[in-house]
Amino acid sequence: MNILVCVKQIPDPAGPQELNNDNTLKREGKLILDESDSYGVEIALQLRDTAGEGEVTLISMSPGEPSGLRTALAMGADKAIHVVDDTLHGADALSTAKVLAAAVQRAGDYTLVIAATESTDGYTGTVPAQLAEILGLPSVTFAKSIRVEGGKVHVDRQTEAGYDVVEADVPAVVTVTAGVVEPRYPSFKGIMAAKKKPLETLAVSDLGLDLSSWGQNIVSVEDAPSRAAGEKIEDDGEAYLKIVEFLEEQKVI
Amino acid sequence: MQFTPEHEIFRKTVREFVQKEIDPHIDTWEANGGFPAHELFRKMAAVGLLGLEYDPKWGGQGADHSFTVVFGEEIGRAGAGGVPMGISVQTDMATPALHRFGSDDLRERYLRPALAGNMVAAIAVTEPDAGSDVAGLRTRAVRDGDDWVVSGAKLYITNGVQADWLCLLARTSDEGGYHGMSQIVFPTDTPGFAVSRKLDKLGNRCSDTAELAFDECRVPVSNTIGEIGRGFQQQMWQFQSERMIGAYQAVGSMQRALDLTRTYLKERHAFGKPLIANQYVAFRLAELAAELDLLRQYNYTCCERYMGGEDTTRFATIAKLKAGRLMREISDACIQFHGGIGYMEETWTARFYRDSRLLSIGGGADEVMLRVLCGLDDFLP
Repeated sequence: MNILVCVKQIPDPAGPQELNNDNTLKREGKLILDESDSYGVEIALQLRDTAGEGEVTLISMSPGEPSGLRTALAMGADKAIHVVDDTLHGADALSTAKVLAAAVQRAGDYTLVIAATESTDGYTGTVPAQLAEILGLPSVTFAKSIRVEGGKVHVDRQTEAGYDVVEADVPAVVTVTAGVVEPRYPSFKGIMAAKKKPLETLAVSDLGLDLSSWGQNIVSVEDAPSRAAGEKIEDDGEAYLKIVEFLEEQKVI
Repeated sequence: MQFTPEHEIFRKTVREFVQKEIDPHIDTWEANGGFPAHELFRKMAAVGLLGLEYDPKWGGQGADHSFTVVFGEEIGRAGAGGVPMGISVQTDMATPALHRFGSDDLRERYLRPALAGNMVAAIAVTEPDAGSDVAGLRTRAVRDGDDWVVSGAKLYITNGVQADWLCLLARTSDEGGYHGMSQIVFPTDTPGFAVSRKLDKLGNRCSDTAELAFDECRVPVSNTIGEIGRGFQQQMWQFQSERMIGAYQAVGSMQRALDLTRTYLKERHAFGKPLIANQYVAFRLAELAAELDLLRQYNYTCCERYMGGEDTTRFATIAKLKAGRLMREISDACIQFHGGIGYMEETWTARFYRDSRLLSIGGGADEVMLRVLCGLDDFLP
């Protein structure tokens, strides 16, 4: 079973983040594999290993060295396609989806395209659905488990109330919720083996795309509002009633 | 020394492993007086973290020494000194001689399971009357046909309570002094062997430390590592790995301490400004960070020379000495600059202060390092 996994390389969220003059995120430093993508990589590796055949191919659009892709290859992915092009600076979600879709179409036969629900740096959460639309494939989101059987993908899809059991024809685009599996550590042997795995670097021109009418203009960026102070309830012996009332108002109970 | 992208991924692997598999359990392990070595070592083996430089033929990873530097620095960042110590006994203190000098049969039966995390190893050299002065050790192995009959005692043995086998240094002849000792793989299920005490320590409390008793224990002579009578020389060679990994770990441990202290001093306000705004505090930390960098770079040079095939006795001795001394300075500054909260058990500084004191004592005390250096540099009468 061939599986494509869309992964993103991002500046380390643990470090300080800076913006460029055009309000885009600075991505000059060392980039790491977005942790939210490691769950999709892990699920893809498990599906491949269960099937006993096929390849896991990573697809990524990002500037710089493929340091994050190397991490996913070290986990056990088989090969990677890395789209690197200065003209992609500041690409919005739709442009990103178009580039990824073009890369997917070069990747040969596949059963699934797996992506994270959202990236840790951009948080738009829209790219996978756009990708599915462009590719003309079913889109299943918020998967907590994935099984492929009888030409269909069976997904337990997380909801607020629990989970829905969803099935779709393959190929399909499925997004994976963070934390649903324990991503494996890249082992020492995996890290060394990753050096020899195929990593194809492509420019936008290789994908036959015209980017002239794309892009976005970020007008301004503001800090998120600081959280307002909560309401303090002094306990006069009946504080619990006020707490129950508050929870009912919030429709929590 | 130039680290490659592979080193960086490996560093991240080890750091995440420490954060997920070790740090969340430290408080429990400290309270229990030991960590579950078999369980942790099996997890490490699955990621290829045991026996980095050992031959893949025996389950090693075939890495070069530069990965051991990264490994040491990162396990040194664990939230307690006891776990990295227990790990490095397994990887760099009890097994190097077996890997280099041991017979194929011994390596198959004891090294391979140790590198798979199925057996825990300990290094049994120190005795009640022979610590840094290894020449004074008294535990004897007397030959009786194809067996050694071992009698004696060993003290301060890390992993000693849980170990499945010991790399035992014992007298195998009456020559005395540095002569007539041998290294023997000693299985701890041998009749006559007992853990006589689990020792209570100032620090490194999450690592078990034992006093061991040997009462006419019979082990095959074929369990001898390398040449009979060459045990002291083989152990001196094995000590080099021990001192190098100790210095690498110390760098990670001290860097973590300085990072945590920096963060705290930026947040903690007194007299209307953050504590770090006091020049004395900032200068002191900057200088300690500078000294730490000197040690780190010294380690890297040691690593390069080691990889180049040089004898790194002098490097390992100096790195161990200076690491031990700097640990004491940095742990003192960290607890001091935290003030009252730094003295509380709930703050990391209290444990760090206790744990950090060992490096100047274990694996050869500072004074033994100086004695070695006096010999190497001819500061002798």
